[in-house]
Amino acid sequence: MDILGILIPVSLFMGGLGLAVFWWMLRKGQFDDPEGDAHRILRDDYDDHPK
Amino acid sequence: MTAYADPQRPSACPACDAAPLAEQMAGAALKDARLMLALPGIHCAACISGVERLLLAQPGVRDARVNLTLRRVSVQADPEVEAEALCATLAAAGYEAHELDPGLLAATEIDARGRALLMRLAVAVFAMMNVMLLSVAVWSGAEGVTRDMMHWISAAIAIPAVIFCGQPFYASAFGALRAGRLNMDVPITLAIVLAVGTSLYETTLSGEHAYFDAAIALCTFLLAGRYLDHRTRANARSAAQELAALEVPRALRLTGQGTETVAAASLLPGDLVRVLPGGRVPVDGTVTDGHTELDRSIMTGETLPAAIAPGDPVRAGEANLTGPITVVVEAAGRNTELARIGDLVAVAEAGRNNYTSLADAAARLYAPGVHIVAVLAAAGWWFYTMDIRVALNIAAAVLIITCPCALGLAVPAVTTAASARLFRKGMLIKNGTALERLAEVDTVVFDKTGTLTDGAPRALGLDALPGDAAGVALALAEGSAHPLASALAKALVAVGTVPAPVQGIREVAGFGIEGRWGDIPVRLGRIGWVGGGAAVETTATYLRIGSAPALPIRFADRLRDGAADLVAGLKAQGKAVVLVSGDAQAAVHHFARAIGIDDVLAEARPEDKAEAVAALAAKGAKVLMVGDGMNDTAALAAAHVSISPASALEAARAASDIVLTGRNLLPILDAMATARASRARIKENFTIASIYNLLAVPLAVAGLCSPLIAALAMSSSSLTVSLNALRLR
Repeated sequence: MDILGILIPVSLFMGGLGLAVFWWMLRKGQFDDPEGDAHRILRDDYDDHPK
Repeated sequence: MTAYADPQRPSACPACDAAPLAEQMAGAALKDARLMLALPGIHCAACISGVERLLLAQPGVRDARVNLTLRRVSVQADPEVEAEALCATLAAAGYEAHELDPGLLAATEIDARGRALLMRLAVAVFAMMNVMLLSVAVWSGAEGVTRDMMHWISAAIAIPAVIFCGQPFYASAFGALRAGRLNMDVPITLAIVLAVGTSLYETTLSGEHAYFDAAIALCTFLLAGRYLDHRTRANARSAAQELAALEVPRALRLTGQGTETVAAASLLPGDLVRVLPGGRVPVDGTVTDGHTELDRSIMTGETLPAAIAPGDPVRAGEANLTGPITVVVEAAGRNTELARIGDLVAVAEAGRNNYTSLADAAARLYAPGVHIVAVLAAAGWWFYTMDIRVALNIAAAVLIITCPCALGLAVPAVTTAASARLFRKGMLIKNGTALERLAEVDTVVFDKTGTLTDGAPRALGLDALPGDAAGVALALAEGSAHPLASALAKALVAVGTVPAPVQGIREVAGFGIEGRWGDIPVRLGRIGWVGGGAAVETTATYLRIGSAPALPIRFADRLRDGAADLVAGLKAQGKAVVLVSGDAQAAVHHFARAIGIDDVLAEARPEDKAEAVAALAAKGAKVLMVGDGMNDTAALAAAHVSISPASALEAARAASDIVLTGRNLLPILDAMATARASRARIKENFTIASIYNLLAVPLAVAGLCSPLIAALAMSSSSLTVSLNALRLR
């Protein structure tokens, strides 16, 4: 059962990482225009500085 | 609108908050460098590129970013760039564009609340997954030190998570308790606090049962319900605001040097404003210069345009048809007749707020019931064992089992599914309880002009015109933009008429059009001006050739698409259908016979309409009001539930619960069917949730409810309820 001492912190850390990434995406407004973002990747124009 | 002016007053719908905001900011809009345009037509990647490239190519535009989800583009530009010019450029390239009021900018920022909810939900899901995983070890038989360790780690995750995620519930419960009421959030808060408290106490004593997983799962499911609820409302709200923001009230003020565009609200009595043909009168006042005809249908429901000469009074909201006029301002902004009708709306709306939704009714039964059962169970066990620890454990188990997880999801899940379905069919649900109320409707009251009809006239009996007369009429009619003239011209061209050679065509604003056909003077217009006959009782224009008697050309309103089918469909369902219009008796009765409505009230003033609705309600009828004009707003607000078309005046849309986004009226039938289905679905959901409770509560009271059973009952009831709601899509 000693392995739990490693596994539990590891799983918590990874879950926390996911949470932090989600928080970052939310702040960056990545959920503001889901439909537009889905279409934008299909554009032909080359974008040097994607926003 | 005085009624909406006070920012302290929480109004019935957020769109009402946006309207005054939009008015206030209209002035600032002229200087703002950030512009918002609505693009209702865009739908693909090529549209995004096209719009952005086009806008970036305009001088002065620094940045343009399309939001396809909201169908908007936000433009950063130098102050001198005009939104109107950008709209015209886009329209020329084939993209329909409208200027939006920057009041909307504030509205998009309001969704910080939605983001906060989503963040809490994310934290709750994270914590729940981890705690559940740790609990699996406990459920599968961990003992002694291992179990204690699992409980401690669960506590370390669950306690901060519950404190952070549950804030919306704690705040609402605290507010309700302070006001001396019980709401759904009181048992929720109590369950969370008691579950976490007793579990922590148990853990310090190395106890067997800890409900950390249940507490955090509770938070998660309830937050999911709250978030769904919020999103449905936010979507409808932003769309409704968009409609509101399309109308920026502006006026052309005459100054010594010329004219300047100002916000209508900033005008003062005594100012002179110019109203061009095609524009709406922005103020109440008196005409000082110019002849024209005014379309008063939005204020009174009259289809026949009124002739206006200097000295005649005009009111805000009336549309100028033929000639430019100058108006001296008597009342502007909140003091106009238009705004006063808005006050009627506020009074009528106050009555509707008393509606008890199914969720409220359930909560009213539920909250005290839960507390009584929990207290009785705890007291019983305390007397039986004289052990406060056992009693508290039982109370916590009962509260967790009965906690309205499924109830919290039952209504939002259904309304979300139903709103999404109706949105696809072209309806915006502005109010959370609108669907429930729509399901109860047994009487439908329609307005005529602009609701059942398009408001656009159609010429009748053109075959009866002698050959020459038709040609002359066409030649004259083509010389004017007046709605009757253009309708006549369109109808004559459609039957293959060739214009006669009429010379010197001249429009006499407010009266008609005249010219010379060879040597004969010809006139088309009002009977009093063309002479040679008496007026007929329906809407008509008159053609006089030389000194022959005037020929009347009659007009009828064109039915809106789907109007006839809608009335037939409603009657087939056994609903009572009533027509209430401000138009003249003859016109209304003629129309009612044509569409098949027997119950008619004509020449109704705005108060009469509201009274008619109130009288029906007093007889026990649940009234659905469908209307579009300023004269309908009080009736819309007084009705049990109300619908307005997108072409309606902003105040009418603000007063109604549901807005039709398309031109067709038929979606109303769909909406009523969906409303009945969603009501049935909500009731089913309540039944499902109660069955789970009835099965699990005896276990909890008997002390047989382990955390595993609590977790299973909670998750499965929430899942069933959500899946049942999804059947509506």
